[in-house]
Amino acid sequence: MSSTTPSSQLLTFVVAGEEFGVDILRVQEIRGWSRPMPLPKTPAYIKGVINIRGDIVPIADLRERLGLPSVEAGATTVIVVVRVEHAGKGRTMGFVVDAMSDVTALANDAIKPPPDLADHAGVSGMASGIALVDERMITILDVDRVFSLPHHDAVAA
Amino acid sequence: MSALDAATLAALLETFFEESFEGLERAETSLLALEHDHSEERIGELFRAIHSIKGGAGAFGVTEVTDLAHVMENLLDEIRSGRVATREITAALLQGVDTLRVALVSRRGGKPVDPASHAPIVAQLVALRGGPVAAAPTVTAPTSSAPWRISFAPHAHMMRAGNDPLRMLRELASLGGTVVATDLSRLPPLAELDPTAIYLAWTLTVPGGVARSDIDDIFAWVEGDCDLTIEREVVVAAVAAVPSAVDQASTPPPPPTMGSLRVGIDKIDLLMNMVGELVITQSMLGELDDEGPITVDRIRQIREGLSLLARTTRALQESVVRLRSMPVGQVFGRFPRLVHDLGQQLGKDIAIEITGQSTELDRTVLEKLGDPLVHIVRNSIDHGLETAEQRVAAGKPAQGTVRLHAEHRGSAVVIEISDDGRGLDLPRILELAKQRGLVAPDAQPSDAEIAKLIFAPGFSTARAVSDISGRGVGMDVVWRSIQELHGEVSVETHAGRGTRTVLSLPLTLAIIDGQLIRLGTQTYVVPLLSIVETVEAKAQARHRYGAGEVTRIRDQIVPIVDLAAELGIRPRGASDSDLLMIVESDGAPLGLVVDELLAQQQVVIKSLETNFGRVDGLAGATILGDGRVAFILDIAALSRDIRHAA
Repeated sequence: MSSTTPSSQLLTFVVAGEEFGVDILRVQEIRGWSRPMPLPKTPAYIKGVINIRGDIVPIADLRERLGLPSVEAGATTVIVVVRVEHAGKGRTMGFVVDAMSDVTALANDAIKPPPDLADHAGVSGMASGIALVDERMITILDVDRVFSLPHHDAVAA
Repeated sequence: MSALDAATLAALLETFFEESFEGLERAETSLLALEHDHSEERIGELFRAIHSIKGGAGAFGVTEVTDLAHVMENLLDEIRSGRVATREITAALLQGVDTLRVALVSRRGGKPVDPASHAPIVAQLVALRGGPVAAAPTVTAPTSSAPWRISFAPHAHMMRAGNDPLRMLRELASLGGTVVATDLSRLPPLAELDPTAIYLAWTLTVPGGVARSDIDDIFAWVEGDCDLTIEREVVVAAVAAVPSAVDQASTPPPPPTMGSLRVGIDKIDLLMNMVGELVITQSMLGELDDEGPITVDRIRQIREGLSLLARTTRALQESVVRLRSMPVGQVFGRFPRLVHDLGQQLGKDIAIEITGQSTELDRTVLEKLGDPLVHIVRNSIDHGLETAEQRVAAGKPAQGTVRLHAEHRGSAVVIEISDDGRGLDLPRILELAKQRGLVAPDAQPSDAEIAKLIFAPGFSTARAVSDISGRGVGMDVVWRSIQELHGEVSVETHAGRGTRTVLSLPLTLAIIDGQLIRLGTQTYVVPLLSIVETVEAKAQARHRYGAGEVTRIRDQIVPIVDLAAELGIRPRGASDSDLLMIVESDGAPLGLVVDELLAQQQVVIKSLETNFGRVDGLAGATILGDGRVAFILDIAALSRDIRHAA
């Protein structure tokens, strides 16, 4: 494997029936659902924080982040913990997804740029492309853009 | 260089910066000591400090530093060979140290300063060279006037007219001139180079004592064959361009924010030992885990193993905390310079005494302590200490004294800043406080209460706004910074005998005593230090006031905060608890409605900023015994919010 090949493996999961993926090198772990401690004075999609081996890790609800209604956690609900880079600083954060699907290897030419569409849900602000794998279409999320930090965001009242 | 990857280079560069800053500090200390200590070791240390900075800067191509360090080294070399270091020389060298620091800070920040901006200080240092040595009668150099600055750009054909620029440079050198910069920009590629043409231009300085006519004579033959300007340097402007030590004290070189930490090898060895013990204990417990019957003996062994594990873990925790602590001397170190400079500026003769500098404090506390201390010391020097004449008239020694002292007292570190000046003008403070409505007109506060008023926002007794302090900001900033560190401030003053300010800081920030409270189903932590009392306040004891409520605690009106609503746990007005926790911040009480008081315990503060960001009203989070996360309230921020919102 040559070191110049960009990471071409995606961890894919399902949110509201659609398939999404993130660069597998950013993923630290996948955890079963546990209820986060609600964090006051933060945007609604920040569900709170959880304790991961002594680390306080904020958790976002990807559904709400994408402008979809939140649902109660079910049997397949999991938290994907990722490494996020913000202004040169690495942070550990997690997001809630409806269900895991798999790890998908991608050919480099399988990634298409995100379509230039007006979207009110804000997906395009977070997507770095769409991967075409066989019959599947996977929206690739840029984890750095999924999380807006409090000082980037007007704090929800 | 290609063998080094970027990360290694960056790490080396960071080491260079740290060592250089340390070197500058050592140089500064030595320079200040030079006034009364001319020992060879002292001068040697000074020389070595500057020399290693020069060497390091050379290796990394930090030319703006190399060049300045070089001229400083030259001057120091003369002192090392016996020349007397006059006040003028130490002042110039101190300024050199400041300039180097600014250059290094800028370079580290990725914005190298323009080497040309160093020209004035370089010229000044160069001008001071070649002075009399100790054996000769000590006359200060006769350069009261500013040095000459010459820019000399020969036209390309000048040599063809029989004039060699080297001759001019040599003659200037004989007058004490030095080349400050050589302009290579006109130099063509080698293949196109005409050996009979001149492509170079120079900027030189010549000591101010040299007569203009002597310089003009040197260039008499080449007039018209070169671009020449000869002018006096504007030294005053140059000095202003270099931040003075006083300004610098208020904006110290940014502490290495994410930076690395230099730790004594002994501390690392201790950690290694303890990790070794952990490994041994772990393997011992592992062996006991083998299959086989559970005997009484085996249970006993497991118990022993576990208690050993607990001991080692605790020791390990303590060592890690110690790893984070640094001696207070790191902060005290900058004060001799500050006091020296301020004293000169105000024409006051001031000595500084520092004790207890080896007292260790948490690194984060230490980093935030610098500015408050500077404010207090400035205040002492500006307002507290009298001029020499006033002191003598009052029967005190002409030299004033500022003392800095640190010590451990229980689980706190106490830092005292005292002076032997005139003390606080209590009647005037009270008068001003009444004028500004900080105190009721008919109040009769005690001396201690009056003294505390100097920490009120916007309070200043300076009759004239001075350069050093007295802009009405300062002491309230001190108050707030110390509060943020969970510390306390108190002032003692004796008319005519001086003032003592005492800062009391918790030993470590990472662990606080907390009161756990229940809000709905959630648990929050209130720092025990800010709690005054908890009372029951039934609905009839509450009084609606604007959008909020107030209650009465004895003769004080206390605003009530519906904490659960404030934190978004319940809608406003849905709390029906009668339990009111009275907390205090900045001396002002606040009543928090809580559902239940839970345990009191020590909690380890975890920053929310590590993985998220600042959340208004929260000082951090902690992990409870059962693994749940609980947030720690920031009472000061909460109180500020409530007051501003109201």
